[in-house]
Amino acid sequence: MTDQTENDAEDVNELIAFRIAEQDFCFNIMSVREIRGWTPATVIPHAPSYVRGVINLRGAVVPIVDLAARLGLEVPEPTARNVIIITQVDGPIVGLLVDAVSDILSVSEKEVQATPDVASNGSEFLSGIITREDRMIRLLNLGAIVPEKAGVAA
Amino acid sequence: MSKTDELRATFFQESEDLLEQLTDGLDEMSGGEADSETVNSVFRAVHSIKGGAGAFALDAVVRFAHRFENVLDALRSGELAVNGQVLDVLMRSSDHLTVLLEQARDGVPDDGDPAGEPLLAELMALTGAEADEGPSEAEVNFQPMTLDLGDFGASAPAEMQFRVDFQPQDDLFKSGNEPVFLLRELCALGEAQVDCNTSALPEFDALDTEASYLSWKVELRTEASETAVREVFEFVDGLCVLGIEEVGGDSAGGGLPDLPDLPSADTPPSSEPAAADDAATKAAAPAPVPGPAASSAATPAGPPQKVEPPAKSQPPQPVASTIRVDLHRIDRMINLVGELVINQAMLTQAVKRDGIAQGSDIDVGLEELRTLTRQIQDSVMAIRAQPVKALFQRMSRIAREAGADTGKTLRMVTEGAATEIDKTVIEKLADPLTHMIRNAVDHGLENAEDRLASGKSAEGTIRLSAAHLSGRVVIEITDDGAGINRDRVRSIAEKKGLIPPDAQLTANDIDNLIFQPGFSTASQLTALSGRGVGMDVVKRSIQSLGGRVSIASEPGKGSTFSIVLPLTLAVLDGMVIEVGGQTVVVPISAIIETMRVPTEQVFQLGTQNAVVRIRGSYVPIVDVGAVMGYRPAVDPTGDHVILLVETADGVRAALLIDVIHDQRQVVIKGLEDNYGQVPGVAAATILGDGRIALILDPSAIVGHNGAGGAAVLTTPLAAE
Repeated sequence: MTDQTENDAEDVNELIAFRIAEQDFCFNIMSVREIRGWTPATVIPHAPSYVRGVINLRGAVVPIVDLAARLGLEVPEPTARNVIIITQVDGPIVGLLVDAVSDILSVSEKEVQATPDVASNGSEFLSGIITREDRMIRLLNLGAIVPEKAGVAA
Repeated sequence: MSKTDELRATFFQESEDLLEQLTDGLDEMSGGEADSETVNSVFRAVHSIKGGAGAFALDAVVRFAHRFENVLDALRSGELAVNGQVLDVLMRSSDHLTVLLEQARDGVPDDGDPAGEPLLAELMALTGAEADEGPSEAEVNFQPMTLDLGDFGASAPAEMQFRVDFQPQDDLFKSGNEPVFLLRELCALGEAQVDCNTSALPEFDALDTEASYLSWKVELRTEASETAVREVFEFVDGLCVLGIEEVGGDSAGGGLPDLPDLPSADTPPSSEPAAADDAATKAAAPAPVPGPAASSAATPAGPPQKVEPPAKSQPPQPVASTIRVDLHRIDRMINLVGELVINQAMLTQAVKRDGIAQGSDIDVGLEELRTLTRQIQDSVMAIRAQPVKALFQRMSRIAREAGADTGKTLRMVTEGAATEIDKTVIEKLADPLTHMIRNAVDHGLENAEDRLASGKSAEGTIRLSAAHLSGRVVIEITDDGAGINRDRVRSIAEKKGLIPPDAQLTANDIDNLIFQPGFSTASQLTALSGRGVGMDVVKRSIQSLGGRVSIASEPGKGSTFSIVLPLTLAVLDGMVIEVGGQTVVVPISAIIETMRVPTEQVFQLGTQNAVVRIRGSYVPIVDVGAVMGYRPAVDPTGDHVILLVETADGVRAALLIDVIHDQRQVVIKGLEDNYGQVPGVAAATILGDGRIALILDPSAIVGHNGAGGAAVLTTPLAAE
C-alpha cells in the first residue's frame, strides 16, 4: 500500500485523522495550526448550537465548533481529554472540538473514494472516504464545516 | 518599493503638511492677521509644493502652483492688498491645489486640468499678468544668503583675513565630497562669514540633479596660515575652482546682519551627488524671508500693509520635531502592550491565589509593574492620538465645494481642531462627516433669498467643533438653517412605511427618523446628497466606531448633529459582572449607578415587563440573562443587582444582573475577525484568568428589550 503512494508522490497528501463518537474523520494537515487540550469556552449568545463559544488563543479570540454537534452525532459534555484542533482556512481561525487525534496519514488522491449517496444528514460535510486497515475514514470538507464566518450563519 | 516611489510617497506626505500650513495661513489671513510672516508661510508652502511637484513632473500641479505663487508673491511684496475677494480666490485655489495633489497621488492621469482654468484666469486677473509663458522667468528669487556660523575660534592677536572663493565642479560631488564638511572645517579655523551664491541656479524644471550650481564666498578671520586654509581643500584639489586671497586683518563682514535661522550649512544634506540641489531646495524656502518683508515694512509710502508685530517677526518658530512611523508598527506595539496588560493581570491573580502576603516584596513589585504597564499603555495610545485639524480642514474644503455647487454662500467655522482622537477613528470619521457636512449645506442651509426673508444674513454658517467630554470626544456639526421640517419628515416616514400613521412621536423621535434606512428628505435628488443612503449609513459607521450620533433641531434656527466617540478603540473601563453563570463586562461609560433591587419599588407593567421606580421615575427593567439567552427570565424581585444605564440616545434602563465582581480597564478584542457580530455584544476581552469575557453593548440590549423611544421607531422595520 505504501509502495503505491510513494510511486506517485505528487498526489500524496498528509491528512490528520481523529475520532468523534467512535467514528474516524480526517482532513488536510495543512489547515491545522496547532492542537491543544480542551479549555472551557465562553458562551456566545444567539450562536448556532454547534458553536461552543470562544477561547483565548494567545490573545486572539477563537470560536470553537463542536464537530460532533455540527455533524449531528452524539454530543457528550467535553472533558479535559477532549482535543481542540485549531484550523485556519482562508482567513478566520476556528477551533474544532474532537474526541482524540489518532493518526497522521499519507494518502494519495487515488485512494480517496467518492462519498456514497446516503439519505442521512451530515454527508454534505464529507468530500470522500478513505480505507485504512479495515477502518473507514471520512474526509471532511472543512470549508463546509466552518462557514465564512460562524457568526454570520447564526 | 523603489527609491523613486519612496521619494514620491515622501513628497505626498510632506505635501499634506504643507497644505495644512497653507490652509492655516489662509485662515489666519481671513482672520485679519495678514502680516508678512503669514503671507510668507503661505508662499513657502505653495513654493515647496511646486518645487517637489516639478521634481516628479506633475505638470498640472506645477502650472497651477506657479500662478498661485505669483499672486502670493504679489501679496508678499505689497503689490496686491488682501481683501475678501482675493482671499476667496486664494482659498479656492488652495482647495484646487489639494485636489490636484490628491489626483496626482492616486495616479489620476493628467488631463491638463480643465477644472482649474477658470481659477487660473482669476488668479491671473489678480496679478494683472497677461498669460505669461509659464514658470520660466525670474520667479526663483533666491537671495544671496549670509551664513553666520558663529564665533568658532576665540579671537587671537595674530589674526589674518582671507577671502576664499570656492566653486565646486560637478566632479566634486561625483567623487563623494561634500561642500558642507569643507565649509565646516573652514569655519573651525576661525571666524567665518559664508556667502552662498545661488545665481547660477537654473529653473527647477531645468535643474540637472548631477550638476553643481552653487558657489561660496567665505570671509575668514583666523590665526591659521594660508597653507592651513589651503589644506582644507586638499582633497578636492582639481575638483573645484578655488581662490584664496589674503585681504589683511581688518574686519570686513561686520556690517552683515545676523540671520536668525540658518537653514543650510548646519543641515548636512545627504552626501549623494544630488546634494547641491537638495541644499538649494532647503535654502529656497526660508531665504526670501528677510528681504521683501523688511523692505515693505520699512517703506512708508508702500501699499497698506500691517507693520509686523514684533512677536511674529521672529522667524524661528519652535518646530515640533517629529518622525514618521509606519502605522503597522504602532499597531503591533499596541497589540503587544495589550498582551502585556493581560499578562500582568494574570500574574497578579496567580500571586493572589498562592496567598502571597500583602506588602511583601512580590506584592509591592507587582503593584509597581501594574503602574508601569498602565503608563506604557497610555503612552502607546497617545502615539496614535492625532489632532482632528487635518480632518476639519478637509471638511472646510468640502463645505466650500458644496456651497459652490449649490450656489449658497456660507462660512465654515471650526472649533477645537487641536482635539486629539485615535488615528483610526479620525480616518473612519472622514466619510460620515463628509456626508453630514454636505447634508448641512444642501438640506440644512436655505438659499440666500429665503434666509434674507426670514431675517437672517444671506451667508449661512456651518460650525464644526470637537471637544473632549468626560473621556469621550464630542463632535458637533451645527448649521443655522431652517431646521428640520418635522411635518414633512413625518409624512415622508409615513408614506415610506417607516412609522405607522397613528404613531405617537415626540419632536425628538421625528428628528431621529432621518437616521432610518431609506429615508431621504430632498424632494429632488441632487448631485451632492440625496441618494437615499444618507444618514442611516452615517449612523452605522459612527456606531461601528463605538460612537453615537444624535440630532437636535429647532425650526427656523437650524440643526445640530452630535457625534459622541470613544477616545480610543483599544481599551475600555469596564465593570466585570456575572449573570446566568457567565462573566461579562459592561462599559462604565454607560453606567449611571448600581444598586440592589429595591423589591418594593418594582412594578409589573404589561404582561411580561417590569419597571423599577428610582427616585420617582420609572425605568424599564431589562433581564440581561434572558436577553442574552444565558437563562430563562427570572423574577426581578429575587436576589439580583441593578445597573442603571443610560445610552447615548438618553434612554435609561435598569439592567438586571446577578453579581458585580470588579471594575477594571480591559483590552478590547474584536469578535469579528474569526467569528462575526453578535447581537448585544460590542466586543470581547481577556480576563485575568485568561478566559474570554464578552463586553455588552448596553444600547443594543436596551433596544432589544423593546424599551425606549429608539426601539419604538425600529419595531415596524423589524416587523417587515
